Amino acid sequence: MRYILRRFLLLLLTGWVAITLNFAIPRLMPGNPIEAMAVRYGGKLAPSELSALAIELGLKSRQNEVAQYFTYLGHTLTGNLGYSLYSYPERVSTIIGESLPWTIFLVGASTILAFVIGTSLGAIAAWRRGKPLDSALVPTGVMLGATPAFWIATLALYFLAFRLNLFPVYGGSGINEGLVSFSGIGSIIDHAALPGITLTAISLGGYLLLMRNTTITVLSDDFVKFARAKGLRDRVVATHYAARNAILPNFTTFALALGFVVSGAIVIEYVFDYPGVGYELFTAVLNYDYPLMQGLFLIIVIGVLIANFLADLLYVLLDPRIRMGARS
Amino acid sequence: MKAFLHNRRAMAGASILAFFALVAIFAPLLSPDNPSDINYGLMLGPSSRHLLGTTPGGQDILSQLIYGARPTLVVGLLTGAIIAVIQLVMGVFSGYAGGAIDAVLSTITNVFLVLPGLPLLIVIKGYTSSDSLTTVVVVLSVTGWAWGARVLRSQAISLRDRPFTEAARMSGERRWRIVMAHIVPNMFGVLAANFFGAALYAVLTFAFLQFMGLANINEVAWGSMLYWAQNDSAQMLGQWVFLLLPGLCILLLGTAFGLLNFAVDEVADPRLRRN
Repeated sequence: MRYILRRFLLLLLTGWVAITLNFAIPRLMPGNPIEAMAVRYGGKLAPSELSALAIELGLKSRQNEVAQYFTYLGHTLTGNLGYSLYSYPERVSTIIGESLPWTIFLVGASTILAFVIGTSLGAIAAWRRGKPLDSALVPTGVMLGATPAFWIATLALYFLAFRLNLFPVYGGSGINEGLVSFSGIGSIIDHAALPGITLTAISLGGYLLLMRNTTITVLSDDFVKFARAKGLRDRVVATHYAARNAILPNFTTFALALGFVVSGAIVIEYVFDYPGVGYELFTAVLNYDYPLMQGLFLIIVIGVLIANFLADLLYVLLDPRIRMGARS
Repeated sequence: MKAFLHNRRAMAGASILAFFALVAIFAPLLSPDNPSDINYGLMLGPSSRHLLGTTPGGQDILSQLIYGARPTLVVGLLTGAIIAVIQLVMGVFSGYAGGAIDAVLSTITNVFLVLPGLPLLIVIKGYTSSDSLTTVVVVLSVTGWAWGARVLRSQAISLRDRPFTEAARMSGERRWRIVMAHIVPNMFGVLAANFFGAALYAVLTFAFLQFMGLANINEVAWGSMLYWAQNDSAQMLGQWVFLLLPGLCILLLGTAFGLLNFAVDEVADPRLRRN
């Protein structure tokens, strides 16, 4: 119970830090959103109108910094994220609501797949240690982890989608298909396939290597030796004894990765023009759309925090040592 | 050390790294042309004059590849080193010190751990107008240290109550000295592995920033080459070498760091060592 309480306090603290950073970074950095806005609307709006718009958007304020901070805190906590500068008068929360499902679908599915495939391959490699399969899997895992995502994505897009026409070239779904219809779902899966495969491939290397090494460490433990000495079949020892223990570090990484699902795969979404959170974030940076940037960043942090907290709760179930409070 | 020299993966990684280091150091001697010169004709195919052809902007691709090793290696190694130092302070010292110091330092670590690095990096880069390598190194260091620090902290905790640290404490050595003289040498393997891991992260992220146009794209580096390749649609125009090779170089350098990271781990952990 104390463990969970501590985790929850950490959640609140981190959330507060993130909101405060969100408030502080634009004010500390050189470069001015009002200037960026003046450039955009300069020809069309009179200076007084521009100033009114800046106040309306929350870029300019007559309050001092402390009062601004508390106003910002209040707005954030009540879900008022303001308006997008670039697509004014669209609300930041609307844009986020539209891009979030795409990201959760694409990145969520890829993260789970990468975890399952990587962990299984890692366990297999550990059992075949030093054999050809292991000798091939380890460098493959290292190379997958060292692959520049944007590069391999660009190559895949060019050769598989553009040249060979095996996959759609951009977007999240066909333009004319309704999202709820049957063909709509097919089209969504079709569009997610290539970015999904790329994302899965480049993320599974880490799971593979970690699982392999942890399993090898666990295999030399006495309880595994004993299980084998008892005459249990290899398959039973592998799954019920070795893997159950070795999976814990992998699970930690997986939980962290699940949290980052909301942040989208910026690289992949950018290359494949996929309408998710990462794509929006990148566009926001390009357009100096500060409120949108702040809102997206906030949503990402909240997602990570909640996923982490849930993972901590799940960890209590998975690892009896934490449940008993043996770990500080 | 001997085990390290006999580790095939370590040697493969070290060879690749040494190769790129030599290329970077002797770039002026190896490079046939000035990588920034644009007066060779656009998109030439491979020839004896330009072994790999020229870019859509008219630069010699081979010279760009050779000079491109420089910033990439500098950012990788420098960021790796800075991150290793931050991790040493935040992880090792906090784990050893325990108590209030540990509570504060590990809370800071936990906060940084859940702050999403890449988005944070993009947001910071969106706000700063500075494009220098120093800014890149600082931003990469700030966003990339937390995970390793947590690993080091748990290692340091396990070393805290060993007899040799106990003995050093009894003989009245100061805390900072115990950490540096007794704890750190004993976790050299993990520290080295973390250094290579951080260098890998830095190389990939630096290339990514350049590719997205968020770092200086006028400086010749593998990442900026990929930016221009994408920007000029080199692959559509048939000059796909320009897109393929810089990425392959990043992949190879990254693999070198990855192999070294893996091998150090393997050598340092007796349970992973082959009997």
